[in-house]
Amino acid sequence: MKARLTIGPLPFHWPAEQWRDFYFRIADEAPVDTVYLGEVVCAKRLPFHAPEHGEVIARLERAGKEVVMSTLALVISPLDRKGTQSVIATAGERMVEVNDIGGIPLMEGRPHVIGPFVGVYNEGTLNEFLARGAQRVCLPAELPAASVAQLADVAASSLEVSVFGRQPLAISARCYHARARGRSKNNCEFVCGEEVDGLSVETLDRVPFVTVDGPLVMSHPYLCLVSELGALKDAGVCWFRLSPHGTDMAAVASLYRRVLDGTETAETAIEKLRAMGFEAPLSNGGYYGEPGESWVAEGEAARPGGAA
Amino acid sequence: MTGSPLELVCPAGTPGALRAAVDAGADTVYLGFRDETNARNFPGLNFSRQEFAEGAAYAHSRGSKIYVAINTFPDAGRADLWHRAVDDAAAEGADAVVVADAGLLAYARQHHPDLRLHLSVQASASNTEALGFYQSEYGIKRAVLPRVLTIPEIARITAETTVEVEVFVFGGLCPMAEGRCVLSAYVTGVSPNRQGACAPASHVRYEDDGGKMISKLGRFTINEFEAGEPAGYPTPCKGRYRIDGEAKYLFEEPVSLLTAAVLPDMVAAGVRALKIEGRQRGRAYVADAVAAWRRLVDSESAQPGATAASLEDLTEGRRITVGAYRKTWQ
Repeated sequence: MKARLTIGPLPFHWPAEQWRDFYFRIADEAPVDTVYLGEVVCAKRLPFHAPEHGEVIARLERAGKEVVMSTLALVISPLDRKGTQSVIATAGERMVEVNDIGGIPLMEGRPHVIGPFVGVYNEGTLNEFLARGAQRVCLPAELPAASVAQLADVAASSLEVSVFGRQPLAISARCYHARARGRSKNNCEFVCGEEVDGLSVETLDRVPFVTVDGPLVMSHPYLCLVSELGALKDAGVCWFRLSPHGTDMAAVASLYRRVLDGTETAETAIEKLRAMGFEAPLSNGGYYGEPGESWVAEGEAARPGGAA
Repeated sequence: MTGSPLELVCPAGTPGALRAAVDAGADTVYLGFRDETNARNFPGLNFSRQEFAEGAAYAHSRGSKIYVAINTFPDAGRADLWHRAVDDAAAEGADAVVVADAGLLAYARQHHPDLRLHLSVQASASNTEALGFYQSEYGIKRAVLPRVLTIPEIARITAETTVEVEVFVFGGLCPMAEGRCVLSAYVTGVSPNRQGACAPASHVRYEDDGGKMISKLGRFTINEFEAGEPAGYPTPCKGRYRIDGEAKYLFEEPVSLLTAAVLPDMVAAGVRALKIEGRQRGRAYVADAVAAWRRLVDSESAQPGATAASLEDLTEGRRITVGAYRKTWQ
């Protein structure tokens, strides 16, 4: 099966116009096969993009992209539950990405994707979900190469692996973005909309540590598994996920596509990614069993802090 | 003690703590095997198979139950280790196993149909649909809810499900949805989900910086303390960080959970069991904590305020919180 590129759900809270234009550009210019659309981080954001949804979906599908509707990662309140039910009810023929296990019974066996917020760590669990209608499983951010290879032995063509962008590290019912701004979740005034790629959190000695996006904690570095695409493909993995950022995602997708197609080397692709001027270094340590924040250069031991 | 409407579920990291918990009135003691199959996989802690068998016999002879936490996510290709833990727990008379992973629940259900299954907090099941999934697919009888729910949210769940609900009432507090937090892996390469250890001591350093004590995890500063101030353990979610230059406890302060103040509300919310965190704690701590909670649960304390205060003393000067159980926490 041909290697497929996907754009994961947008974790950040962007203004409606920016949101729409981002997806228009993806539709028109990004060489990706699948786009995950929907709010995964906070139910309070759900109404914001609803008016633009139809237009964006239509443009993506006209461009030949598969659109998958993503659901919330942490479902607690009536608002969370209603949001999840509504996404599933209105998805129609489209697939749904289930990010809280409570979404599985709501799918009633219809084909779906298991998102990275549902931890699939081993063959037993992978088989459980495949047997209940999952078509694809996007693996959690902390899985090392050895685990991916083991899972690929079971169902390689159903595996999706995150290969670009800030990765989710933790989620809570507490809104850290609001808390950082001296507010509470109830009274947040959507301060999470103030940063394009999340709010930077530094250590006391001013070393960049993590990024906060509403109640979601994300990595500071941008995950970059470009050098690893070949090994993942060899293991049989077919789906590769890029997590969206304010940067030129069409250009990022083109680079990954060319590496997958063998028309660009990983080395030059990484150079070009670094030249794009992200606000953080690159990381790949988790794949090698090292700290997830670290960068392991080819043939080298872990070098702390990334090297972008 | 089994007639008690509320079950008090108490931690044991050693055989001594297990006996102390039973003697102090624990309805149930929970424990883990000495390997990465449980989420408190720390050096010098947990039970060999023989210690478990002896502990179970001790507990059962005194009317207490034993739960075995097998609540990490089995490593791909090495699930045998987790399967054997379930087999041995069942063989030696565990009253329940506490499991987070769907694949492991399926194994337990298939191979030990009579073994009672509880869903670990590590599964982070936070809504009725999620509990319904684990109940209909694997027959779980109880779920330990994540420490991010308010009491009204718990009440809504208990009203909609026949799965028994267990909640944490005392000890450590995760501000994140459990089992979905990889902060420790991000900083150290070791995680509670996979290896059973959050912020392992092997990656912790304390540095003296001209009178200030700096606590580090991996290569990151997690907090700093003035001379004479007790230096807390550098758990990444309880550190002090800068946002726009300003230092604050962004995720959670170094606090301990103590819910004595909202115990009547928890009971009214339909909670079936109360869980005390602390398998890493010593025998004396466990004995004191269990005895105090026994008095609170039985309403035998003439002075519940004093009992709660004695629990506060056990937290070693840490601030206490009722955590997410009150909505203002969010």
